[in-house]
Amino acid sequence: MIKFFLMVNKQGQTRLSRYYEHVEINKRAMLEAEVIKNCLSRSKDQCSFIEYKDFKLVYRQYAALFVVVGINETENEMAVYELIHNFVEVLDKYFSRVIMFNLDRVHIILDEMVLNGCIVETNRSRILAPLFVLDKVVES
Amino acid sequence: MSDVVERTLSVLPGLLGQHEPGAGPGGAGGPARASATSRLGSLIRSITALTSKHEEEKLIQQELTSLKATVSAPTTTLRLMKECMVRLIYCEMLGYESSFGYIHAIKLAQQGNLLEKRVGYLAVSLFLHENHELLLLLVNTVVKDLQSTNLVEVCMALTIVSQIFPREMIPAVLPLIEDKLQHSKEIIRRKAVQALYKFYLIAPNQVQHIHDKFRKALCDRDAGVMAASLHIYLQMIKENSSGYKDLTGSFVTILKQVVGGKLPIDFNYHSVPAPWLQIQLLRILGLLGKNDPRTSELMYDVLDESLRRAEINHNITYAILFECVQTIYTIHPKSELLEKAAKCIGKFVLSPKINLKYLGLKALTYVIQQDPNLALQHQMTIIECLDHPDPIIKRETLELLYRITNGQNVVVIVQKMLDYLKESKEEYAIINLVGKIAELAEKYAPDDEWFIQTMNAVFSVGGDVVHPDIPNNFLRLLAEGKVCIVFCLGFDDGKGDDQLRIYAVQSYLALLEEEDALYPQKLLQVMSWVLGEYSSLITDVDPEVILTKLHSLLKKTCVTSETKAWIMAAVTKIASRTSCSKTVDKLIQEFSNSLETYMRQYVFELKHLCENKVLMKKFLPFDASCNDMVVDASLSFLDGFVAEGLGRGAAPYKPHHQRQEEKLSQEKALNFEPYGLSFASSVSSSGITGRQSPTVLSFGSDTSGNSAETGHKETNTLKLEGVRKLWGKEGYLPKKENKVGKENEPQTVACGSLLAGQVGDPPALRSEQVAILSEEDKEKQQLASTLFIGLGSNAGVSLMGKADTSTQKFKRKSKINETQNIEEASDFQNAAASDFGPLLDTVPINMEDCEGNLHTRLRKASLCSSDIVEDNLAFETPQALKKSGLDQRLSDSRLSQSSLFADSNIEIFQPPPSAQCESASKTPLVPSLPEELKELTHSEVVELCQNDALALYLCKVWTDDSLLLTVFVSNKTISALSAVNLVFEEAEHFQILESPSYQFPVIEARSVEHCQKCVWMDKICTQGVLSGSLNFQSEMETHLEFSVTLSLLDFIRPMEMTTEDFGNLWLSLSNDVKQNIKMSSSQDSLSAALNTLQQKLKLHIVDIIGNEGILACQLLPSVPCLLHCRTHSGMLALWFRSPCSALPDGLLYQCQKVMEES
Repeated sequence: MIKFFLMVNKQGQTRLSRYYEHVEINKRAMLEAEVIKNCLSRSKDQCSFIEYKDFKLVYRQYAALFVVVGINETENEMAVYELIHNFVEVLDKYFSRVIMFNLDRVHIILDEMVLNGCIVETNRSRILAPLFVLDKVVES
Repeated sequence: MSDVVERTLSVLPGLLGQHEPGAGPGGAGGPARASATSRLGSLIRSITALTSKHEEEKLIQQELTSLKATVSAPTTTLRLMKECMVRLIYCEMLGYESSFGYIHAIKLAQQGNLLEKRVGYLAVSLFLHENHELLLLLVNTVVKDLQSTNLVEVCMALTIVSQIFPREMIPAVLPLIEDKLQHSKEIIRRKAVQALYKFYLIAPNQVQHIHDKFRKALCDRDAGVMAASLHIYLQMIKENSSGYKDLTGSFVTILKQVVGGKLPIDFNYHSVPAPWLQIQLLRILGLLGKNDPRTSELMYDVLDESLRRAEINHNITYAILFECVQTIYTIHPKSELLEKAAKCIGKFVLSPKINLKYLGLKALTYVIQQDPNLALQHQMTIIECLDHPDPIIKRETLELLYRITNGQNVVVIVQKMLDYLKESKEEYAIINLVGKIAELAEKYAPDDEWFIQTMNAVFSVGGDVVHPDIPNNFLRLLAEGKVCIVFCLGFDDGKGDDQLRIYAVQSYLALLEEEDALYPQKLLQVMSWVLGEYSSLITDVDPEVILTKLHSLLKKTCVTSETKAWIMAAVTKIASRTSCSKTVDKLIQEFSNSLETYMRQYVFELKHLCENKVLMKKFLPFDASCNDMVVDASLSFLDGFVAEGLGRGAAPYKPHHQRQEEKLSQEKALNFEPYGLSFASSVSSSGITGRQSPTVLSFGSDTSGNSAETGHKETNTLKLEGVRKLWGKEGYLPKKENKVGKENEPQTVACGSLLAGQVGDPPALRSEQVAILSEEDKEKQQLASTLFIGLGSNAGVSLMGKADTSTQKFKRKSKINETQNIEEASDFQNAAASDFGPLLDTVPINMEDCEGNLHTRLRKASLCSSDIVEDNLAFETPQALKKSGLDQRLSDSRLSQSSLFADSNIEIFQPPPSAQCESASKTPLVPSLPEELKELTHSEVVELCQNDALALYLCKVWTDDSLLLTVFVSNKTISALSAVNLVFEEAEHFQILESPSYQFPVIEARSVEHCQKCVWMDKICTQGVLSGSLNFQSEMETHLEFSVTLSLLDFIRPMEMTTEDFGNLWLSLSNDVKQNIKMSSSQDSLSAALNTLQQKLKLHIVDIIGNEGILACQLLPSVPCLLHCRTHSGMLALWFRSPCSALPDGLLYQCQKVMEES
């Protein structure tokens, strides 16, 4: 099961966070700081899975941005590692430029892919379909 | 793929908002987004530009203030509101609560159109948690949107429902969502299935009736809908794999199609067909095939194909392969597949790609329990991984080694673990590994010395974070003196224990020898306990020396007050064994003026005890820590004191809760205090109410800040037999508080030097230190031979650490018993499950009607089974028929006699004349329960009534979901009786499931037939009568009446739940009944009383905390009743709650009865 999905930059600023298990708001900032510290401390040739407390972190770095997913022991690390890439590819397909100022849309995309900590959709065109409809309505 | 990555990489820095200050809308967005993004954009940009956390906080607070004004202004348009929501989401994401916006998010979801609505829903799902009260306000909006003609709105509503929805409102939307399962658009069907999955997770009972719809979803023509249903199936199969075996074929077919590329091309990810779907299916197959050769057989082909197809070198295929390997090793093994899977693991482990290596190690760790040979094959790789620069790889390797530990390699493996611990700083890793080392040491220690040294290392490294169980267990081992099997060859002559104890004492004395060493508190506590108990075993050390050392420890500032209590206990014990000691005198003098009250108290006690050495020896007996402590809970020794007090006119003592009740009734106020709170307060106060000693009160209150811990300590002592001391009625109870359960507040004290010095370097490791490159391989070989010793084909699985057959050096009685019990229980379950399996197959309706509905199935199965038994009986009867001719005449005459009685209108169930009694006793037609019912709890078979032709017997079988009345009709005559009708009369209190009558088509001569009726209690009563009659046609109509007495207890079943569930349920129930009842002397403890309730009333004990216990039961079919018990001075305060008002009364009556009887 996926416990949380984070996008954090190298400076430790959270760009996106979605928790699939309730975490108190004041504990989130602490958790995120520790998670990114853990990721930053690892070099490129070390493995992308970290054992952290009683769960695991799977992370992937894109330029200065880290996408970090917290999972429990039932999840397949490699599958999650590729899920991150799938997510980034979907973002890439949808946004031509700046993503971060569209926080709501990134969330909407993520909601299509992961629900209740489960991977529910990985088909790119299906992930984006509802969002395209919304955009069309907004344009007209 | 590479160009995609490149493009992505070039785009992503934009996320930081560092370049392109005028960042415009995304490609897909329109002009409407321009203003929205720019406001969020400028906020993000200014936050990014800031350098300190303080500045960030200031800026965000500013932002929140302005947002607050905007969202509450009535003129704010929905579009602006949407934009505000996104900014609020951003602020919350940075950790600044913006609860003022929650209600506006709900409003936006309600009023906005499309994108605004979606953002409203999104904000709700991000802001609120599952139990948030505002969530109820969303329900109407969701219901409205579910009925909308706009598909986008329906989609949104379904999405929010599958993310967050109040459990109690499920019935409001469930029918709407069920309808959506037939929708023409795949996305709606898919999202409906996802919503139902959510419902299944939070309230499985509410979706029980739509299991067949899940099946339809599984067979949906659209792959997405089918994939969504797999989440539900994975969950259901996890909970009960045996119920879904019939679906194996479907899952296999689906996987075959996916692997074979039959899905639309857009399901591919990097030209691999729907990889995550494949993984999901493989998991399901693994669960289904586990321990089931027949089901496993079905999936061998597709697994083979999956392995074969996943040959492209891409991460996602590795993920699939990993899952495949796991499934192959989970299901019933097939050698051919195992070979391929092993090859696959080899490829992973040897890969230069670090992620793949990790995956390989993980797979190997999983697989190694089934096939230890695989560890041998890869031993060199494992050794290399052990020295890998990446600590994650190292840790995974240690995990692997932990699983292959045996008596021969334990020394090397534990050393490797300790080496890792020295480098590790992460607390969780330390706790985890220290626990494993302690476990391995207890299980496989080769000798006493090593065991003690290793445990010392555990305490030194673990420091303040070791689990409290570790020192407890260690001390218990020492105290119980479980003999080392290997060394003492089973002689329980006590020498082995002493040896171990002497080693321990010696090693601690050596540790204390070091002047400036700082030890963790836990280690000091262990040391002082051992020295106090067993230092007298060593004859060559003067006790004075030990006392001096303990004395100097007391003076150290780094020693916590808790540890000082342990040390003082040790001093007292040693002092009891020496005639007189200068050090003790000095100590008494020194601390009698101490500023620390508790120290003054210990010293005061010690001083007075030293004055009477005989008495001191009597209550500090040597090596008696395992003896059961006799506590005079009724405080009878105080009776005189109390009587005297009462005589002088003192008010009688009232227990805490009684005083509270009185106070409340005086105030004439309703008690709105929630259950949870009263519980918490009573736990913390248990130190005072639970303890009977007045001195304890002073102990608690004098030690500032300590009083809050008392309750906690007490719970510790319950587990800690090893450190208990015998304190009897003589009145030394206050002392007890000083002795027991002082093991909190450890301190971090680094103790690096200890590790290297203490743990004996095994030869293999010493050689490792030689740093000559050419010899490196040799060393590795050597290490390998020490690590993997005892593995392999000869050693077999039994040597694998996890197998139960392994010799456990130091036995822990209680734990073993526990695991055995659990195993037995699970065996029983398995047996039960397999018994029902074949039966189900024979009942075609079941499969169609109630797929997956376990409850109904089991009930039906049990009913079916009775039918089958009847068939069996019918087969046996023809033999009896042959004999029947012989006695025909005799029986004729008897029958005519009986008919005479009938004619003369004598009551039929009046006892028959003595002659017939005799003949009845001669017929050995004693009915017995069919085999499958015998395993269930049941009453004895009792006779209900009889006449000269028939006898009626009854047996109550208490099944999990009903009371099964088994009625036996025995034909005593020598001719067959046909059309015997059994009819139960309608009763006020009881309901007979299905029909109240049953017809035996024929009962052969001298044989017994039986039928079963499920009964529920409809209206609650403590006892009720169910009457009925038996009619049959012999020479003339005969009518036989009978009645059965049923008690409430026949319908009470234990209800298993967690303490948390109990708390929640408790708060939601309204019908209260409270009563104090007196406990008899035989059950003076709470647990004894609760056990009585558990055994006699079939209540389930949920938890026992201090002097309070909670129990739960249910009245069939499913009316819960919760019970909270609390003991105080020989009284048991019972507090029932249930949704049904009559149930607590009924149960209370039963409780009183049971407690009086026992």
